[in-house]
Amino acid sequence: MAGYATYDYDVLVIGAGGAGLRAAIEAAGAGVTVGLICKSLLGKAHTVMAEGGMAAAMANNDDRDSWKVHFADTMRGGQYVNNWRMAELHAKEAPDRVRELEGWGAVFDRTPDGRINQRNFGGHRYPRLAHVGDRTGLELIRTLQDHTIYLGVTVHMEHTVIELLVDANGVSGALAYDRERGRFHLFTAKAIVLATGGVGRAFKITSNSWEGTGDGHALAYRLGAELIDMEFIQFHPTGMVWPPSVKGILVTEGVRGEGGVLKNSQGRRFMFDDIPDNYKPQTASDPEEGWRYTQGDKSARRPPELLTRDHVARCINREVKAGRGSPHGGVFLDIAWIREKLGNSEEHIKRKLPSMYHQFKELADLDITKEPMEVGPTTHYIMGGIRVDGDSQMSTIPGLFAAGECASGINGANRLGGNSLSDLIVFGKRAGEYASQYARSRKPVQVDPAQVEAIMKGSLEPFERGTAGENPYKVQEDLQETMQANVGIVRLEDEMQTALTALDGYWERASRVGTLGHREYHAGWHTALDLRNLLAVSEAITRSAIERKESRGGHFREDYQEKVEAFGSVNVMVKRAADGSMQVTRIPIPPMPDALKQIIEEQKS
Amino acid sequence: MAEATFRIWRTEPGGEGGFQEYRTAVSDGMVVLDAVHRIQAEQAPDLAVRWNCKAGKCGSCSAEINGRPRLMCMTRLNQVNLNEPVTVEPMRTFPSIKDLVTDVSWNFRVKKGITKIKPRKPDFADGTFRMAQRDVDRVQEFRKCIECFLCQDVCHVLRDHNKHEEFIGPRFLVYAAQLEMNPIDTADRIPELKADKGIGYCNITKCCTKVCPEHIHITDNAIIPLKERVVSRYYDPVTRLLRLFK
Repeated sequence: MAGYATYDYDVLVIGAGGAGLRAAIEAAGAGVTVGLICKSLLGKAHTVMAEGGMAAAMANNDDRDSWKVHFADTMRGGQYVNNWRMAELHAKEAPDRVRELEGWGAVFDRTPDGRINQRNFGGHRYPRLAHVGDRTGLELIRTLQDHTIYLGVTVHMEHTVIELLVDANGVSGALAYDRERGRFHLFTAKAIVLATGGVGRAFKITSNSWEGTGDGHALAYRLGAELIDMEFIQFHPTGMVWPPSVKGILVTEGVRGEGGVLKNSQGRRFMFDDIPDNYKPQTASDPEEGWRYTQGDKSARRPPELLTRDHVARCINREVKAGRGSPHGGVFLDIAWIREKLGNSEEHIKRKLPSMYHQFKELADLDITKEPMEVGPTTHYIMGGIRVDGDSQMSTIPGLFAAGECASGINGANRLGGNSLSDLIVFGKRAGEYASQYARSRKPVQVDPAQVEAIMKGSLEPFERGTAGENPYKVQEDLQETMQANVGIVRLEDEMQTALTALDGYWERASRVGTLGHREYHAGWHTALDLRNLLAVSEAITRSAIERKESRGGHFREDYQEKVEAFGSVNVMVKRAADGSMQVTRIPIPPMPDALKQIIEEQKS
Repeated sequence: MAEATFRIWRTEPGGEGGFQEYRTAVSDGMVVLDAVHRIQAEQAPDLAVRWNCKAGKCGSCSAEINGRPRLMCMTRLNQVNLNEPVTVEPMRTFPSIKDLVTDVSWNFRVKKGITKIKPRKPDFADGTFRMAQRDVDRVQEFRKCIECFLCQDVCHVLRDHNKHEEFIGPRFLVYAAQLEMNPIDTADRIPELKADKGIGYCNITKCCTKVCPEHIHITDNAIIPLKERVVSRYYDPVTRLLRLFK
């Protein structure tokens, strides 16, 4: 049997996107030893893909903004099933988290008076997104990365965690393999922060890279942690639809923030046809007012293209299904039209949206300053995840913390664009802080060598089966097809039951996948090991979606199209039962303090 | 569906390597990385390739395609001649790990050796700074870097002369430049750039600029201004004379 290398840290952070890096920085600053594990090279995590910006009520561009407005916007966007404590902390702390980045080297776009420039985004009442062109995620990850490397954090790049370990007192470590050699590594740790991102790879059309296989969700679930809100998935309204090989790649909401409009094949701005009642007071009454809003006119209201993502995605879906779509099955997103308004529109677009210009030019042979893009919904983000305490980010397993996309609560039923990057730094910091506190008082950790042996043995089984086993890529592909077709943007009980039956079959096939060759940098083997995580999250998504018999935010049921009041006060929770099956229950949302209720009421007008 | 041939560099454990040919189906709009993935899924599950975003934003899938340093995800098949086999090989400046994957850890070590940002005191009590957009335009150009290391791959000081211990390469001259030109930074990196970072080795052949997928003007905007700062500090005759009398 293969051996393993061992490491010991006070705090182990799994995942090196924005949340993981920010947690590592905080823990290192608290004086504990910190290990950081990432599946890819440092600085490549999915955070780099974030484009539009990070939301923080700094009020640089509009002094009417404040944490209260941001809080109310976040709750409205989340359809009030958010963890209100997280929404409150996030709105209050985001400005400081953004400001401190400047001292670490971040260089944001500026206002005319030299402050951090903030842009408009869907669901945010005032211009609130600190940004750098349309590559804000890259700026964030590079800033955090370049700050971390000087802090004595040990980084284990291209390592993937297979399983978390517990002792009598709580989480105690993690077993991982490295991609380079395929060897095993045992990490013991007094506290662990999961910051593993999302689950996009459970679907066929996604903006996520290969890394988004729900590892953190599944690792925590297998330990018995509670997952909530797994039915709430954000289908970003604008992904590329052509060419096929880039289907799903994100087209930033910033395009719409800068004046881009959505049209169907008849040239109609269909978003004006369907504006939800609770957003009517804040939405432009005609295209002219919408344009003025995007250009910073404070008296104007936002165009309907900037309604929440769940709504825009469904409207696009409806146009396509009604036969009013674009040639490749999307709709048209037009920013080129602003030439009617601006003399130097080409330069303007290239400066405001450089990477979108680049992306379409290189991948689709299309010049966005001259022609409309074709876009359609893509699986982008999961609001659901590991249930955590709002203040400390600790899960229901002692010593196990979670931050960023793999944690749940801040976003409720739908996330506002721009709230993700700020979530990463606000709650990454908190997770790092509380994890290091916890680590200081934690009893020495214990690991059961027999358990480690068993995990290693199980992980190597695909090699024993060789080509006699199932092709792991094929199982993954079939799973993605099933989820895309049956648990996607519009859901039906029957289809989801079909998906559950299919998932049973994939569990069985996944148990006999095989691959040939050596363990060094072997993608087939990695895919085989990822399958259990993808299957666990797919099942959690499907069962939660069946349980919520209403439509709310990112969860839309064709068979229950309205919101149901009773579901407005619960989260759907899944947990592993003693017999290994998945248990689904509804848990009540704690009552909101009056002060916060009042803020929401005040902001309703 | 049309087919094309790809000659992909494969290695054995131990490091021996050679090209292996694969035929695979190709379709409209495909990029080289798609073809590599299709081969991986259908013919060679153990084929090693690094990638993440597939949109030219993360800088993971750097390789040499028909001998040219490129991102595989941003090289469309209609940009290469499919009537002949398309060669795909790893970046040659870095040690091989397996197949198309190289050991780029040297880059991460080099970065740690560069003096970090040392911000001035914030301009206001709330911890904020004021900077004009025109003063950060240049810095933002450098911060577009996605760390694909193609510039390092093509730099002859590293590739042909192996000066990894004496020269940090274009990527980290850009990194140093964005720190030096950051309006709030107060550190001085000119002495280290002259000494152990080896800026003098660069003889501005601009190969790095040509391969940069982010179109950063590496040589003109980053390296040459830094060289000028080194020159005016250490070699300007008037300054040297003045220093004698200090």
